[in-house]
Amino acid sequence: MTEATTAAPVEKSELEKRFPDAVKADARPGYAGFLVDTSKLIEVATALRDEMGYDYLSSVTAVDYYSDAPNAENFIEVVYHFYKSTGGGALELKVQTPRENSTVPSLTPLYAGADFQEREAYDLYGVNFEGHPDQRRILMWEGFAGYPMRKDWKEAYFEEEVKPFKNRWPEGQVYRIEDRNPFNKNNAYPQGFDPTGFKETDDPKLYEVLEKAAREYSEDIDTEQVVVNLGPQHPSTHGVFRMAVRLDGETIVALKPVMGYLHRNHEKIGERNTWTMNMPFTDRLDYLSSMSNNFGYALAVEKLMGDKAAPPERAEYIRVIMAELTRISNHLWAIGFLLNDLGAFFTPALYAIVERELILDIFEATTGSRMMCNYFRFGGVARDLPEGVLEKIKSLVTERLPRKIDELDIYLSENELVRSRSEGIGVITPEEAIAFSTAGPVLRASGVPYDVRRADPYSIYDRFKFDVTVRQHGDVYDRYMIRIDEMRQSLQILNQALKDLPGGEIMNGKNPYQVRVPAGESYGRVEGPKGELGFYIVSNGKGNPARYHVRAPSFINLTVLEKMCVGQKVADVVVNLGSIDIVLGEVDR
Amino acid sequence: MYGLGILKGMWVTLTHFIDSYVEDIKWLGRNRYYSKEGIQHRRSKDTKGIFTVQYPEEKLPVPEEFRFVPFLVYDVDEEGNKHDRCTSCGICAKVCPPQCIWIVRTEDPVTKRPVPEPVDFFIDVDICMNCGYCAEYCPFDAIKMDHDYEMASFDRHAEHIFNKEKLSKPASYYAGIRPTNYNREETLKAEEAAKKAAAAAAKAAAAAAKPADGAAAGSTPAQ
Repeated sequence: MTEATTAAPVEKSELEKRFPDAVKADARPGYAGFLVDTSKLIEVATALRDEMGYDYLSSVTAVDYYSDAPNAENFIEVVYHFYKSTGGGALELKVQTPRENSTVPSLTPLYAGADFQEREAYDLYGVNFEGHPDQRRILMWEGFAGYPMRKDWKEAYFEEEVKPFKNRWPEGQVYRIEDRNPFNKNNAYPQGFDPTGFKETDDPKLYEVLEKAAREYSEDIDTEQVVVNLGPQHPSTHGVFRMAVRLDGETIVALKPVMGYLHRNHEKIGERNTWTMNMPFTDRLDYLSSMSNNFGYALAVEKLMGDKAAPPERAEYIRVIMAELTRISNHLWAIGFLLNDLGAFFTPALYAIVERELILDIFEATTGSRMMCNYFRFGGVARDLPEGVLEKIKSLVTERLPRKIDELDIYLSENELVRSRSEGIGVITPEEAIAFSTAGPVLRASGVPYDVRRADPYSIYDRFKFDVTVRQHGDVYDRYMIRIDEMRQSLQILNQALKDLPGGEIMNGKNPYQVRVPAGESYGRVEGPKGELGFYIVSNGKGNPARYHVRAPSFINLTVLEKMCVGQKVADVVVNLGSIDIVLGEVDR
Repeated sequence: MYGLGILKGMWVTLTHFIDSYVEDIKWLGRNRYYSKEGIQHRRSKDTKGIFTVQYPEEKLPVPEEFRFVPFLVYDVDEEGNKHDRCTSCGICAKVCPPQCIWIVRTEDPVTKRPVPEPVDFFIDVDICMNCGYCAEYCPFDAIKMDHDYEMASFDRHAEHIFNKEKLSKPASYYAGIRPTNYNREETLKAEEAAKKAAAAAAKAAAAAAKPADGAAAGSTPAQ
């Protein structure tokens, strides 16, 4: 299953016919999609959105094609993945720009969902998006020197370009890197910056943007407005996450999420790792649903590896079972903590956590770890279900979980306090939901029946009968209800998968410690509990990925947070945030 | 009626509250707390009432596959000598995602060939991410993941770099914490040994038969 087969061939030629001198098919071996002339990008994207139905911009990212060899062709490529919100495969556009003064027109005015993703590409690759309304660093702090994802950028404590490091074996004399080299020369600072005299900046740019947004909000009445920072150390932000809010009385006039406090440059680490090594690192993205993360990464790499990594039947079923159990446990957690945010302090959360705990017991018995599962391998899963685990899953799925989900439903859904706090709050219309590239429950609660499992089926999801759950109002209450609905659908899938689970192998061939991944690119996406989780990887045929990008649903869903909150009371900010269901490990990467 | 939803919800809370007492009464005379079967019951699908486990007085049993920081397996022969299973091939160090394994290999001073036992073996347990790759990819079943998760100490610099001495544990310990895995590996090994013995026997038989063949072949032209 490659990109070329999933994308509709008719549109391809149509696009080339329409823009004969601006668009040409990407002919590099292993690559798909189209190369677009930088100056024509806006025109092409407009046509895609308005005429061809590609209204959903799933992912925007940059790739640094760099080699320090003389005469090497170095450039930065910005990659866009477009989808139709009615379903179907990807349409991939690429624009190339030189590494010096990289400039690409911004798609944010067309697709609002490109906002944070372009800021990320600007932050990490130094690509200047012309026409972006608010181009600031997003994961790194203002004043950071350099663009960390560029291939020639070396981080602090830099040891070697790629793993495995040579000094580990055969003469592996242990040392602690921070002992040997506390302030490495790889630390780069801006000119005239004194690291010892570091002072907190006042985020002037952030407040400037807030003020601008506030001006746009209302100009007729001149009232005293205040800026409140919610977070980063705030119990209801689900981690270290900050919202800079400008208030008019109690009404929000502008809100900007500030993130990156947990940033560890997951993607750079991923490019230094070998292919296999990345699997346990994906667990640490959305640490509440590590199985889904494994699934997405395995899918992306298997796409490149082709048939020799096609998982056997039993492995496919086990994967689906684990992914759906993850969805249930994640939604239980999300509902529990949404209720916390609403003020129902911890009683509903703990009722939900009991059930999650029982699911985690299954993960622990199967994979060896409750949360950092590291269970998927290219071409299968790490080990078969141990004795007794299948019975435990069956008893949970058939007896306990349906009962407990009903109980949660009775407990909360009709509660007048819950309803009055959540109905009509944070409304997102279907058009906005699509434009802002929201995914998962947020998108479906707004009345867009888009689920990757159905719209662009992967693995064996086309075999199961289940409904794509939709709610129509797009408010916090619907985003809560959709999670209850989804858990019920997951149970339905689990019932079918458990009934049909075949015997046999769980790995396609041996499980080698070094895998060979042919050169090329691939985009593997799964419907994670938080939304569309995508992995964009580029291989140059070596042991390490040349590019490893995570399309994190929590991160991109935050783009719509300001839209949700503006015009509402400050007390609803926390509820709106809770209804998106973010995990900071994935937001900040 | 306004407020009915709240009442319905409160009813759920009330049943949870009552359940905890009903459960305790049901277990009267048996130990629901601080006993193995009590903990087992609280983790089962029928659990009701109090769910939490009072760590460290009570501890959840860890499943066999549970993984936490690797250890090195050594075999003990009849005379009581320890033999490391590790051959210092370095696969674990190469596959380790956070690169927390350091291995010192030696070579024979005379033949200059590597000695199949590591001189030293370090794991920085602060960096270890407990992924289990080293155990999964070790071709000699020499490194395995442990079940011991209580290893807090007062000093991270000296105490948290485990050397070979601290990492080594006997095969009997491994068999104790992971019986299913251990038995599967031992059967596999026995099978392989049997196959090897059979192959060796066949080879020996072939070698024994060869001179006869050669003689026969040699004799043909003469005829």
